[in-house]
Amino acid sequence: MGQTLVIQPVSRIEGHAKVTIQLDDSGDVADARVNVIELRGFEKFCVGRPVEEMPRITTRICGVCPWSHHLASAKTTDAVFGVEPTPTGKKLRQLCNSVAYMEEHILHFYILGGPDFVMGPSADYATRNVIGIVGAAPDIAKRAVRVRHLCAKMLEMIAGKSIHPDAAVPGGFSKPLQKEEREALLPMAQEALELAKFSIAFAKENIFPKYLDAVKTIGTITSGFLGTVANDGALDLYDGKLRMMYADGAYEEFAPKDYADYIGEHVEPWTYLKFPYAKKKGGFALEDNAPSLYRVNSLARINVCDHIATPLAQKELEEFRKNFGRPAQLTLLYHWARLIELLYNAEFAAQLLNDPEIMGRETRLKVTPRAARGVGVVEAPRGTLIHDYTTNADGILTHVNLLVATCQNNSAINLSVKQAAQTLIKGGKYDQGTLNMVERAIRAYDPCLSCATHRLDGTLPVKVDIVGADGKLIETLTN
Amino acid sequence: MNIPEADVGIITGGVRNEENKKLAELMRSRVNTLIAMGSCASFGGIPALANQYEISEIYERVYRGNSTTDSGDTPQGDVPALLDRVYALHEVVKVDLNLPGCPTTPDMFVGALMHLLKGTPFAVAEKSVCDSCPTIREKKAVGNLKRPLEPIEGAGDPLNSVRCLMEQGFLCLGPATRAGCGGMDGGAPRCIKAYMPCRGCYGPLQLDANPMVDMMGALSTIGLDPKQIPDRAATFNRFAGAGRLQAKKARK
Repeated sequence: MGQTLVIQPVSRIEGHAKVTIQLDDSGDVADARVNVIELRGFEKFCVGRPVEEMPRITTRICGVCPWSHHLASAKTTDAVFGVEPTPTGKKLRQLCNSVAYMEEHILHFYILGGPDFVMGPSADYATRNVIGIVGAAPDIAKRAVRVRHLCAKMLEMIAGKSIHPDAAVPGGFSKPLQKEEREALLPMAQEALELAKFSIAFAKENIFPKYLDAVKTIGTITSGFLGTVANDGALDLYDGKLRMMYADGAYEEFAPKDYADYIGEHVEPWTYLKFPYAKKKGGFALEDNAPSLYRVNSLARINVCDHIATPLAQKELEEFRKNFGRPAQLTLLYHWARLIELLYNAEFAAQLLNDPEIMGRETRLKVTPRAARGVGVVEAPRGTLIHDYTTNADGILTHVNLLVATCQNNSAINLSVKQAAQTLIKGGKYDQGTLNMVERAIRAYDPCLSCATHRLDGTLPVKVDIVGADGKLIETLTN
Repeated sequence: MNIPEADVGIITGGVRNEENKKLAELMRSRVNTLIAMGSCASFGGIPALANQYEISEIYERVYRGNSTTDSGDTPQGDVPALLDRVYALHEVVKVDLNLPGCPTTPDMFVGALMHLLKGTPFAVAEKSVCDSCPTIREKKAVGNLKRPLEPIEGAGDPLNSVRCLMEQGFLCLGPATRAGCGGMDGGAPRCIKAYMPCRGCYGPLQLDANPMVDMMGALSTIGLDPKQIPDRAATFNRFAGAGRLQAKKARK
């Protein structure tokens, strides 16, 4: 046995992980694993709670995208109570979803993922962060931080609370929008739209061309993709049918409530995080190009949708598809896809704010407890998010299953890291720059390991252990 | 992992596994002032709802009793072992300052740091959420207790013209929850701004308070019957389960 490298902590991701790279006798990479080291057990401790509390409990799965859990949970309670939210209630939820998406995608592009590009992946760790960006491009950094702050303000105005919200309730939304609130929101939405337009134009001109080679070689794997589309095949982040597209571009579609027929979860003893796989394509296999391997998140959604309902994002989609085909497989294209989605959300939020129905006073319905099962799905920024609740006649939970976005990228993240390590580490030669590149393969997925293991935490630190052929730990590199 | 010596250390999150515990002890030994930031670090937060169950029950459910999971052994070895329950930071190491909230407001956080820098004492308010709530209270409930399954009376109206949600019959944890979520300048509580009752995310009024007893009293005073509330232990200790909620076996 060769040596083992450990990267810990992995930084600028959400949650905690380490990477273990196993080298063979000649110093080449034999295997690489991402160990997720956290677990909370929401699926257990939510049992016994009144179901209407879930939209306010599951937000705490994650402080970064509480809105996705909040909305998936509210939709699940709609299904459990057997109601459709009022049209105004639905639009207010969608508006919050799009604003929260903008906040998230700006965070990832400019603060979590961006430093790898703006500073370059081999830049010193001390500058390969948001502080480095502020130094290198202060005006852009200021603008990104400002719009992100605006998004939080918008959410506070619409829903009372931006982090760990509670306004989405079974049957709709607790708070109607006021006229003066809408007037204040419109220019904020416009400013966000301007930043979205700027971001993709800037990245296409200044960032992506520089890294196109790296895009084509680092962390590349071949997989299927899962995402949500509207009935007409358009990108939809709040509601619709699930579309599982396989690597050859063929796809099948299913209703969210039937997800368990299409997705299984495999357990490995070396990580708390489970491995979802496409059940209809045979058993689980942690292998590149395995038929049951699929990915979620921005690239998956951009691949599975037929078109985008807003004009600017549609144009970007056409250009992206012309360049990279469908489905596009290159892992670093997640960043590009994320910027298309930022644009879509900015356009959609402005559209919703201009919709007279958003001002309706009927925002929620009265609901009555019953014994039922409900499934609710939204596209979280990090991918398809599925909540599944069963209640007794009093509306008390008896079963909870959560299939979280990042969890579904677990196999892909492991395989991308292995591919990156195999490409970059030969004959036992590696340095901090190499490990940064390995880490970057993880970051492209914008993983949220807190969500994936339903645990709460702050940053995602990485540790790389390098283990020799004799099984002895040779070196540990941490950020 | 390396932690440099520092004047102030800040820890978020409760203590759930061996690694969290080691890090907490290490940071305690390297800093002068240790801050527990947020309700998870201060009282366990939502993840401490898990303390109602044995750790083995959680493993069973997650890795073997799950509708979509192909059963497998509980991961171990390459991952740090979980502790028997979720601990608040102060149960593991000495904490100098608990900053509650889920999330903590930026002004409370900045305020605490500024006081530390200046060397002046800082304390979080011991007022309750009700003390900063603008809704109208008449010290008497207008109906029976109801679950939050219907619109509240006055949703969308100015808050100072809306009747207290608990007096409308909706369970609100305001009386037993620390004020501060609306900001240090005494803004309206955040959930109330969404026309939703308080769920207790700023934790109990004191570290050793019993929110269950406080809430039973507050409900009875305005003529509501606390026995009608399903799931009382977890409801009243929703964010404060570390040291307050126990697994069934331990309860016997």
